[in-house]
Amino acid sequence: MGVIMKISEVPQDDIKTLNGVKKALYAIDDHGCYAKTTTSGWEAEEVVLNQVIGDFDEKAKETASRVRNNETSPIEYFMYKNWMDSPTLAQAMGLYRWQVKRHFKPSIFKKFDDRMLVEYATLFRISVDALKNFSRED
Amino acid sequence: MAKLKPLEHRHYAHCESGVVTALLRYHGLDLSEPMVFGITGGLTFAYIPFIKITNMPLISYRMLPGSIIKGAEKNLDVQFRTRRYREKEKALAELTTLVDSGEIVGLQTSVYWLPYFPPEMRFQFNAHNLIVYGREGEEFLISDPVFEHPVRVKADDLQNARFARGTLAPKGFICYPVRINPSIDLRKAIKKSIKRTVRMMLYAPVPFIGVKGIHYMGRQIEQLKIREDPRYVRLFLGHIVRMQEEIGTGGGGFRFIYAAFLQEAGRLMGSTRLEEASRMMTEAGDMWRQFASACAKACKSKTGDFDVGEIAQLVQKCAKQEKHVYSHLKSMKL
Repeated sequence: MGVIMKISEVPQDDIKTLNGVKKALYAIDDHGCYAKTTTSGWEAEEVVLNQVIGDFDEKAKETASRVRNNETSPIEYFMYKNWMDSPTLAQAMGLYRWQVKRHFKPSIFKKFDDRMLVEYATLFRISVDALKNFSRED
Repeated sequence: MAKLKPLEHRHYAHCESGVVTALLRYHGLDLSEPMVFGITGGLTFAYIPFIKITNMPLISYRMLPGSIIKGAEKNLDVQFRTRRYREKEKALAELTTLVDSGEIVGLQTSVYWLPYFPPEMRFQFNAHNLIVYGREGEEFLISDPVFEHPVRVKADDLQNARFARGTLAPKGFICYPVRINPSIDLRKAIKKSIKRTVRMMLYAPVPFIGVKGIHYMGRQIEQLKIREDPRYVRLFLGHIVRMQEEIGTGGGGFRFIYAAFLQEAGRLMGSTRLEEASRMMTEAGDMWRQFASACAKACKSKTGDFDVGEIAQLVQKCAKQEKHVYSHLKSMKL
């Protein structure tokens, strides 16, 4: 990395997390003027994004086995799968945190009515069937 | 206001300054994005330990979402019509009527529900701004300022994105200018906004805003217990860098876009001292990138063989450099 952010030194690391999307940013051209240019990403941003995604994926994997052992409900699994924690999930559902925690109990989850299932499935961007019949091989 | 021409999509660094720049330009006030960002007072630094996002402190390199729109009203003599909704159906009906009549509007959305975003970016972030410039059947035509090309979004997805719940919930927020002042005195607005930013960065009354906030973050990093919980330390450092480098910061946590503003302002006002301030701010941006680079290296390290003291030093360097810039701007007596 150079001392000054020149257009010629803007990172072009083609990072996977950007999926081919280019970002606009401002950097200095040959005449010392700021100008708009694009970047295909910087390795550093990919590292930190993959880090947090990796952390959630690990939690999802661990939760999957707990779902199979009937220790928690698929709600907790799909929460991590969609990169949320329980306060975020509660907010996104418009529920209290204790309600979401309660929904992690398999016995409560099994008694869900259709409306609740639909709301969770919509938020998780999956079908109600996929939510009800948990069969993840994670 | 008259709408005679189609919207020309342009690619911007930051969503909110991009939307405001594009809307003003469409209505006849043609400013650059850095000019809009700077003049509306978009720059800040905040490290707020008691507001948590996925268990991490809130860190921001720019002002709260919505502040660029408000700043434009205050400093650029623009008037926006803004509205939030309780009922989803009403929001959709009004959007449809507006775009069908040729209006170009800004919306606040959640990236979680926008299908054209890269999958790895679709977190619960509710303050993404975009422009709707038309409709074809069930699809809305979207000019998203942080994307290279215009995109389309189905009404259902857009409804979900506009009515996502949680922190900074958009509640269907819509905005468009109803009055602009094409002969606005930019010099006056520039002076006013720089003074305001300098005051906040140097003299914020709380220890976690402005230059003091940067020092505060440095001390927090210094106190991290790498031996006790290396996993948390890595996640914490990664969190800071994500706030600094994700889509829409223009790299260097908005410092480069502000440097671009200072340079343009300097040329407009014939002030070499403002251009000097721009160079100093560019250096600050580069220091932030060095810090990000060190954090990323630490995140990759499997063994935890990095020194949080060294990383903290890099942050303190940024704080000192920024203090330099603001003191220089202050001494100009704008």
